[in-house]
Amino acid sequence: MLGAVDQGLITAVLALGVFLTFRILNFADLTVDGSFTAGTASTAILIFNGVPPVVAIGGGIVAGALAGLVTGVLHTKFHIDPLLASILVMLAMYTVNTRIMWMGHDGLHRSNVGLLGKDTIFTPLVENRLRGTWVSVGCIGAGVLVVAAVMVWFLATKFGFAVMTTGDNPGMASAMGINTAMTKTVTLMVSNGLVGLCGAITAQYVSSSNIEDGRGMILIGLASVILGNAIFGTRYLWLAAIGVVVGAVLYRVAIFWALKWEFIENSDMKLMSAVLVVVALVLSQSKSANTLVTKLSPWRQRADIPEQMSVVPNPFSPMAELDAAHQASTAQPTHTGSGHARHKAPPPCGPDNPRRGPDDPG
Amino acid sequence: MTQADENGPAWGTPQQTPPDKTADDKVPSMLSLAGICKTFYPGTPNERVALRDVDLELATGDFVTIIGSNGAGKSTLLNVTAGSLSVDSGKVRINGKDVTRSPAHRRAARIARVFQDPQAGTAPHLTIEQNLSVALNRGRRLTLGLGLTRSRRRCFVEQLATLEQGLEHRMNHRVGLLSGGQRQALSLLMATFTHPDLLLLDEHTAALDPERAELVLRLTAQMISDHQLTALMVTHNMDHALRMGNRLLMMHDGEIVRSLSPEEKAKATVSDLLDLFATKGGLSDRTLLT
Repeated sequence: MLGAVDQGLITAVLALGVFLTFRILNFADLTVDGSFTAGTASTAILIFNGVPPVVAIGGGIVAGALAGLVTGVLHTKFHIDPLLASILVMLAMYTVNTRIMWMGHDGLHRSNVGLLGKDTIFTPLVENRLRGTWVSVGCIGAGVLVVAAVMVWFLATKFGFAVMTTGDNPGMASAMGINTAMTKTVTLMVSNGLVGLCGAITAQYVSSSNIEDGRGMILIGLASVILGNAIFGTRYLWLAAIGVVVGAVLYRVAIFWALKWEFIENSDMKLMSAVLVVVALVLSQSKSANTLVTKLSPWRQRADIPEQMSVVPNPFSPMAELDAAHQASTAQPTHTGSGHARHKAPPPCGPDNPRRGPDDPG
Repeated sequence: MTQADENGPAWGTPQQTPPDKTADDKVPSMLSLAGICKTFYPGTPNERVALRDVDLELATGDFVTIIGSNGAGKSTLLNVTAGSLSVDSGKVRINGKDVTRSPAHRRAARIARVFQDPQAGTAPHLTIEQNLSVALNRGRRLTLGLGLTRSRRRCFVEQLATLEQGLEHRMNHRVGLLSGGQRQALSLLMATFTHPDLLLLDEHTAALDPERAELVLRLTAQMISDHQLTALMVTHNMDHALRMGNRLLMMHDGEIVRSLSPEEKAKATVSDLLDLFATKGGLSDRTLLT
């Protein structure tokens, strides 16, 4: 059970990366499957070749970030659709990762690297039989919180604001002088760097790396993000980030319990992940489900919003369910006890009905 | 009405030369378009000429309104100036600097825009203060310094107060929660408070109800005079076109068919403009019927 929490916390790093592209940048980035394996493979092979484990983590981050860079260049320079660009890189990374695994000092052509008997960052925990205990949960949790804090800080900088604007309204971003190609590429690198970091830690935690490691990781990341955001909402960035971490842990724990049933095999996990994501996506579109979650979750009621959204929700945007959730949460009288608002909102300036003008090229 | 009769026919002459050639000698031109041509979908059945050899000079401090029928090329003119469309031929100079080849985001350091759609000019999921922070960063380097500091917030409160919309009390509300008029007022503030060289207003009141349109228009006039901005404003409203600015251009079929100097504009009335539309603006009976 605590082992599952350990793994969930490690996966949370990946989920934070997915959050960055999927939610903030509005970019469905499937590179994750490739960059995760890039992280595990390069870390494993570096340790296998005798590099210190901490340095090997750096190798994993760099490998992931480079994969993100390629996706970013394909999308921004050559105008390939985000989905297609990332699928192309994901596929290409299979070969790259295989080649990375062949870089062992013995030159063997292998498709998995075992690290048994090698030193990893978890060796002190393993030697004291502390892996899968509250101690390891605390250590990994602290590390993940640091990563989450760094991500929240990144998004609170001027550069981070530019990234959020790029994801929210690219046309406005470029009209404000933001080089959206650059912000997109850098964010993809940061995101996939986080995924690579997750891969690097995972490889050291399980003491091995396999070429199939990354398969389906994007789904796990998505499930964590959707789950976490559903519970915690996205009113504040730090709350959303914590939500993503909790979502990842909940996901792993749920899988752990599911696997206790005898008729569920390890290979059924992919189907379960897919079904879970579908259910979460469908539920997040349903108004009643949103109202229910809003009622159950103490964090979702925090919103002190005086007016209805004047945005016409775009059902195709990944933000769509956020909009829907937002509307569901604003539909309730939520003014009571919102002590964190510094100012009392003034009465709205009268009814106002913004009409959308036709896109008139003339 | 007699004035209209006198001026009416004279306006009909299409102007091929920049209207203020003589004025340019005194004041350096802020915006200079020379021989701009733009054709959409060239070589296809959908080919459409949007701009035919357009010349335009704006002196520093000029506030030019542009009118014209749908498809006359008004928005294309703004898009070409802002860099969101590339030109087929011609030169775009801003403050003497050739920017024909530079992309929209680089020109945006000097050119600010307010769009017709209130949703286009702001980021709906960002808060008001975050939007303002992004706008304040126009033309500056994106650093890893915090986007919102105490002093920045204080500055934003002051700026928002000038809008008289009570937005200064709602700094941490998402912009998506504002009404169209408030968002347009905010867009206007975001476009102007960094003193851009050129302000482009693309029918920025067209999507608002008359009351809000009037408010946004008043704010526009106020900010342009406060910050001494050079501005180009496209509008479909003849009254607005006459009330605002010191010069007026009429476009038709990709050309500037008429340009009113400050003196002419001061004398012109809405019915003059309508006459102009009817006679030379190309709104022949055939066009009106289709």
